[in-house]
Amino acid sequence: MMATIQEISVPQAVPAKKTGSIKAQRIVGKFMAIMLLTFGSALVLMPLVWMVSTSLKTEEESTTFPIEWVPKDVQKVTLGGTRSYFLYWMSVNGETKQLALFKKRPGNMGIFVEPDNPEIQYTASLIGAQRVKTLNLHFENYPKAMTQVPFLLYLQNTMLIVVTTTFGALISAVLVAYGFSRFRAPGLNIFFLILLSTIMLPSQVTLIPQFVLFQRMGWYDTFLPLIVPAFFASAWNVFLLRQFFMSVPIEMDEAAKIDGASPLGILWHILIPQAWPALATVAIFHFLWTWNDFFGPLIYIQSQSNWTVALGLQSFRALYTRNLTGLMAASTVTMLPCLLLFFFAQKLFIQGVVISGIKG
Amino acid sequence: MEIAAPKKQMSIARREAIWAYLLIAPWIVGFLVFTLGPMIASFFFSLTNYNITSAPVFVGFGNFIEMFTKDYRFWLSLRTTLTYALAAIPLGLGLGLLLALLLNANVPGIALWRTVYYTPSVVSGVAVSILWLYLFNPQFGVINWLLSLINVKGPGWLADPKWALAALVFMSLWGVGGGMIIYLAGLQGIPTTLYEAAEIDGANIFQKFFKITLPLITPVLFYNLVTGIIGTFQIFTQVYVMTSGGPAESTLMYNLYLYNNAFRYGRMGYASALAWILFLVVLILTLVVFRSSSTWVYYEGELRKK
Repeated sequence: MMATIQEISVPQAVPAKKTGSIKAQRIVGKFMAIMLLTFGSALVLMPLVWMVSTSLKTEEESTTFPIEWVPKDVQKVTLGGTRSYFLYWMSVNGETKQLALFKKRPGNMGIFVEPDNPEIQYTASLIGAQRVKTLNLHFENYPKAMTQVPFLLYLQNTMLIVVTTTFGALISAVLVAYGFSRFRAPGLNIFFLILLSTIMLPSQVTLIPQFVLFQRMGWYDTFLPLIVPAFFASAWNVFLLRQFFMSVPIEMDEAAKIDGASPLGILWHILIPQAWPALATVAIFHFLWTWNDFFGPLIYIQSQSNWTVALGLQSFRALYTRNLTGLMAASTVTMLPCLLLFFFAQKLFIQGVVISGIKG
Repeated sequence: MEIAAPKKQMSIARREAIWAYLLIAPWIVGFLVFTLGPMIASFFFSLTNYNITSAPVFVGFGNFIEMFTKDYRFWLSLRTTLTYALAAIPLGLGLGLLLALLLNANVPGIALWRTVYYTPSVVSGVAVSILWLYLFNPQFGVINWLLSLINVKGPGWLADPKWALAALVFMSLWGVGGGMIIYLAGLQGIPTTLYEAAEIDGANIFQKFFKITLPLITPVLFYNLVTGIIGTFQIFTQVYVMTSGGPAESTLMYNLYLYNNAFRYGRMGYASALAWILFLVVLILTLVVFRSSSTWVYYEGELRKK
């Protein structure tokens, strides 16, 4: 590496024009930016909050309007040992009490009784009367949803595909990127141009012959059409890793070569340790893509025992139309691995997006 | 010794070439088997009637003629996809840039904001589509609840042919954080000295944006535009899960129509022809963007030349 000469920093002269009013403008501007960002964040997170909240509600509370953001149960009380009655918040002589709605009367009126003492009755208007609700998180929705359909099996199938293809995608992309970045051979540049041009190719163009091919090979309704292609290096991953390998100084290779390292030895001992953030980026994005892939499983997998979570979730929705809480529980479980991966590997994510965006 | 030296050189070069080909072999095999071969086959299929169970029947350009002259769904799905693209891409580009500018205004907690806004980009597919299906519910959905807060009676969204496509555009904006992060990296690469110089010259905030910020991030804008075009034409899961192309075929996107032909109607030949037209449309659009880029995309190198 060449030594770089440090720039000598000169103390910045404060521009004469920076007056107090500009400073005030800055502060106001910053404040507005924070307000806008806070507002936007609330909007961005709202769908996920709604999903989790709904997954913890009872079915009847899940579709109330206006939306109740905290999962609550409607409180009932059993009177006379048999029937149960809804509890309402009522104001009696300026004192707020929980009263049971005993009977409805015409004109939106109701007869209320005190739960502890049903002899005491009141007649009041039902308009604007609030039911008594208490916080109750229905975590049992989760095991229920997971067992209504064989969801654990779907998770297992998806994991199997994700893990094997991530391994295949990484190893093949590393080898190919190494070949393109560190070796000279006739025609190699042309091959690389072809590789780059395939990034732009819409997958639909190869879709049908691929389907016919896999079907002829007897791979229909197996994981093989979803797994095997991953072992043949995706163009995008190769491009990304090649860029990264090229940024590792070649002098390090040469030093290792003099020490008698083989080409694979150089890859293993010099390049991979340097490029692991790029490898992690490739692995993470591959994981996300495969986990969320719907089209592949949709066309290649038929038997329910081979379904992935994407297929399972889609059929859950079609099957249980009156089970919104279960559906949201299953959706939460499906999204959770991606969200956890993101929160624990945030830096790699951001870095990965930036590398592929800026260098691309 | 002197005679032997060049021979050894050659063998080193040859060995290097052999290593190179061995290393890139997985890609070459994959390219031939999963890309080039299928492309040729796909072109052949596009000239046939083929339903996978019986042998393809050659029909010349029959599929293409049918598509252009008889099939209103072809035009409809192409128009729907282009309409979606024309709304979703500019809105996404603009909103992403706006967020990045806000984040770049030296606000405290930048890492936290970045995390929040990027979160929707890590989830996708069926779970997200199902979630939005219910967010758009006219009776109890979050979207109409938000609208009710400002006293607006929300439309039927996915149940209304007039609003269904707009709903999908709206949903696409949830993932705007992905583009935002790329913009942000671009913005942070702009030297602050440029702004300081402009301030000394008395430039206001708009002048600074249009004369410095915007020109300097055009390469990022260009990248986001190209990936936006390619991504938009891949849309499938949302429409399959949320609308199946309805109501009244108002969200029949190109990809869904292609899927229907191939895997519902068993028209593999026709679907292949559709795929080639899609390829041409995407290719032309990308070429137009690439060609036009020399007039609006600014590259660092140009500065040095001047």
